[in-house]
Amino acid sequence: MAIKSKGMTMKIRLTTLATLLLTSFSPAKAENLDWDRVLEKAKGTTVYWNAWGGSPQINDFIEWVGDEALAQYGVTLNHVKLSDTADAVTTVLSEKGAGNSDKGSIDLIWINGENFRSMKENGLLYGPFAEALPNWAYVDVEGKPAVITDFTVSTEGFESPWAMAQLVFEYDMARLDTPPKSLAELKTFLANNPGRFTFPQPPDYLGTTFLKQALYGLIEDPAVLQNPVEEAQYDQVTAPLWAFLDEITPNLWRKGRAFPQNETALGQLLADGEIDISFAFNPGRASAAIANGELPDTVRSFVFKDGTIGNASFVAIPFNAAHKEGAMVIANLLLDPKVQLQAQNPEILGFQTVLDVDALGESEQEAFKNLPLGVATLSPTGLGQSLLEPHSSWMSRIAEDWIERYGVSG
Amino acid sequence: MIRPPAFSAAQGVSVTILLLLLAPVIMGLTGVIAPAFGLFPALGGHELTLTYWKDAFASTGFWEASFLSFRVGMIATLSSVTLAFLIMASLNETALLKMVLRILSPLLSIPHAAAALGLAFLLSPSGWGSRFVAQSFTGWDTPPDWLFPHDQFGFALILGLVLKEVPFLLLMMLSALNQIRAQEAMRVVKTLGYGRITGWMKAIAPQLYAQMRLPIFAVLAFSLSTIDVALILGPTRPAPLSVFVLEWMNNPVLEKRFLGAVGALVQLGAVCLSILIWVLGEKFAAPLFSASYKSGYRAYSRDRMVFGVMLIGVGLTIIPTLLGLVGLGLWSIAGLWPYPEILPNQLSLRIWQNESAELLQSFGLSCLIAATATLISLLLVIAALQSEFLRQKRAPKWAFWVLFLPLLVPQISFVPGLQLCAFSLGIAPGVFPVILGHILFVFPYMYLSLVEPWWAWDQRYAVVARSFGASEMRVLASLRFPIMLRSILIASAVGFAVSIGQYLPTLLLGAGRVETLTTEAVALASGGNRRLIGTYALLQIIAPALGFALATLLPNWVYRNRKELQIAYG
Repeated sequence: MAIKSKGMTMKIRLTTLATLLLTSFSPAKAENLDWDRVLEKAKGTTVYWNAWGGSPQINDFIEWVGDEALAQYGVTLNHVKLSDTADAVTTVLSEKGAGNSDKGSIDLIWINGENFRSMKENGLLYGPFAEALPNWAYVDVEGKPAVITDFTVSTEGFESPWAMAQLVFEYDMARLDTPPKSLAELKTFLANNPGRFTFPQPPDYLGTTFLKQALYGLIEDPAVLQNPVEEAQYDQVTAPLWAFLDEITPNLWRKGRAFPQNETALGQLLADGEIDISFAFNPGRASAAIANGELPDTVRSFVFKDGTIGNASFVAIPFNAAHKEGAMVIANLLLDPKVQLQAQNPEILGFQTVLDVDALGESEQEAFKNLPLGVATLSPTGLGQSLLEPHSSWMSRIAEDWIERYGVSG
Repeated sequence: MIRPPAFSAAQGVSVTILLLLLAPVIMGLTGVIAPAFGLFPALGGHELTLTYWKDAFASTGFWEASFLSFRVGMIATLSSVTLAFLIMASLNETALLKMVLRILSPLLSIPHAAAALGLAFLLSPSGWGSRFVAQSFTGWDTPPDWLFPHDQFGFALILGLVLKEVPFLLLMMLSALNQIRAQEAMRVVKTLGYGRITGWMKAIAPQLYAQMRLPIFAVLAFSLSTIDVALILGPTRPAPLSVFVLEWMNNPVLEKRFLGAVGALVQLGAVCLSILIWVLGEKFAAPLFSASYKSGYRAYSRDRMVFGVMLIGVGLTIIPTLLGLVGLGLWSIAGLWPYPEILPNQLSLRIWQNESAELLQSFGLSCLIAATATLISLLLVIAALQSEFLRQKRAPKWAFWVLFLPLLVPQISFVPGLQLCAFSLGIAPGVFPVILGHILFVFPYMYLSLVEPWWAWDQRYAVVARSFGASEMRVLASLRFPIMLRSILIASAVGFAVSIGQYLPTLLLGAGRVETLTTEAVALASGGNRRLIGTYALLQIIAPALGFALATLLPNWVYRNRKELQIAYG
């Protein structure tokens, strides 16, 4: 496992190098970016950042970023709260259909994975811009390859990272002594404690991520997941996953006859004591929820022994954004060590930084090291190995297949 | 009788207004019809094709989902209508009716999502009901693993729909009752020896039903196409059709939007089919009912039975809604509140304090939008009614269908298309198009609540005033408005409440930038955070309740020296 992943990192580094070479020789807009001019044009504009609005902590953080943007750059940040990132994609698509190519209503989108690939492939994004941002210098491209490879798709500067995420399981010590730390143990746990675990219903993002996580633990050669789905081998690759799900589904919450809608609904089930184990795509979620009185302080987090899937969150600019300069200023501000520090603070968000902390100034390094961890948050070593996201075509294909198999209960 | 002036302008007014309602729906529908047949240039769809229909029909669970939607819609509507009639029959001519309506009116504007979440909290295995049982009897320390809500038959979904539709139907009935001389009819049946309830069922109900068909169809359409209630309470394997459509429309694989367009049209087809079946059902049911009207059976025991059934119905619907809302209110000030505690471990005003700036802002914006949309709609309604009145010609039946069109066509089928049209016309998303979009839904409700009072107004005042040489305008301003103040204010309160509750039009026409209480609440509901949802739900009740309070109190103050008006319109 470790060797394989090292090989993959090498491969990714090579592609990074290739991308860097390509971008430096191609007449990309980003290369000609005159940052002072960007700042000048950005001043006084209002940037509409479309981001999921279901979490008060994240909403507060974005509001804080807005205060910083106004104070430092004279840019007003307006958080457009979405219930689904797809709403933003729909809007850009409608605008393109209506021939609106420079007065778009969205300046910045919180995005990754399949939404990014779709928008990029359909020419709905502006760029490349990310690698020309002044704060790009601090980004840990070497140590966190996910910042330039979004679900194996090379970002090519069309989106800029702002937070690292990793799949982390959560349990309540008061109800459960030893949580299952592998897929096999989870299966045994469910057999002994039917009804005490579930996952959000695919095609929900987190639910499908769990399926991919399970797939990682079940196939012999996870390297195939880094390539687009090949129909020829798809059935063979995923057969163990369906066999596994066939076994555990009757032991899931509500006997698998219903599933929670999304990450927050899953978290609420843990809070209500309806399940013993939940999971989130944010190692700091449990601590933040405890601080807010949403979870009892006996909740702790854990990861599988063989690692869990990790990825990065990005911001992208639609091709027709009305305030592209302002949007770039915000993307750059999100990479500011001060902002990254705020995001990683477990009392604020608990999102892991995308920066290379060792490359920062001494006082900033100190500040990162002095961050409290949060009662339920694992240390970077405790988080263990972060597994690469499979190619994004796996996500849609597996979700579709799940719906076909389990979408209609018998 | 005043002789109407030959007023071709008056006719023009009604036609214009109808077109203003019709055009957006038609334009919006085109926005789904084109992609359903493969035309969507922004996604590279340039050729007519039927593949997407084939793909949609072949999707796993599509037919099960369609049938589920259909079944849930039918049962929910039938139950709502039955219960609304039972309540009206049992409480007619009692003081209780007024009280019930006063409680129900503000409930009208609580977003379905909030009511559904309240219900879910009350009845889920870890909810209030179960906590009460656990504490008092069983001593559970983990909640039982029952499938409710999200049960596969859709009981929870049906219940959630019924408890929102009954108040709507009751208010519509109240306005329809004016049209059928109910008081006179009741006097006659009572002298014939029928009980209050049986008499009402036999003499009033059939006439009332005839007036209620359009609102009933609107309920049917809504129950079949609701999204938020289905997400919170409905089955998930498969989910109802509306959720299917939503998932296609939101799928990151953009090509799925073609399927979404097909689904939206199927949704529309299902609504049409269900109305058709309902009408057929009426034909079958009519002889059964008329047999009972003719029987002459007038025992008082029937009264007690109806009353009893009504009480059970109310107990099953209205009380859970109220309890659910109380629960949500409590969540808004709750600290940690684990199972099986009946009350929160700690209370905290943190949410209210943290969110106060945002809450105030969205509260203010919601009220501003609602007030503007209501005012414009009021002017349009008065223009339409006055032009009909001057011609002494009531709006024809088909006009009512047009009026109800925005309520009959599922929002998911035409609002996205409307957004596309607005963008194509160069209308920048923002508060302005949102207000226009709200008028589409506010106008029908306001028209319905004002049409009867408008015609019921005693024309002899006008005759006298005209004979003194007063213009029509002056009659309107100096006589009609003051006398009809109460009806006008109530209609406005209804319109205000409808506007506060709008989600999809606000979201799409405002490109998500117009943050009202409802858009915020639904965005938060997607996160399932009960504390925040409770906070927003409370404000969503307060806003329209203020409107209704004003509509009740203001006339009393204006009429404080006019005793006759206080009674006449009390």
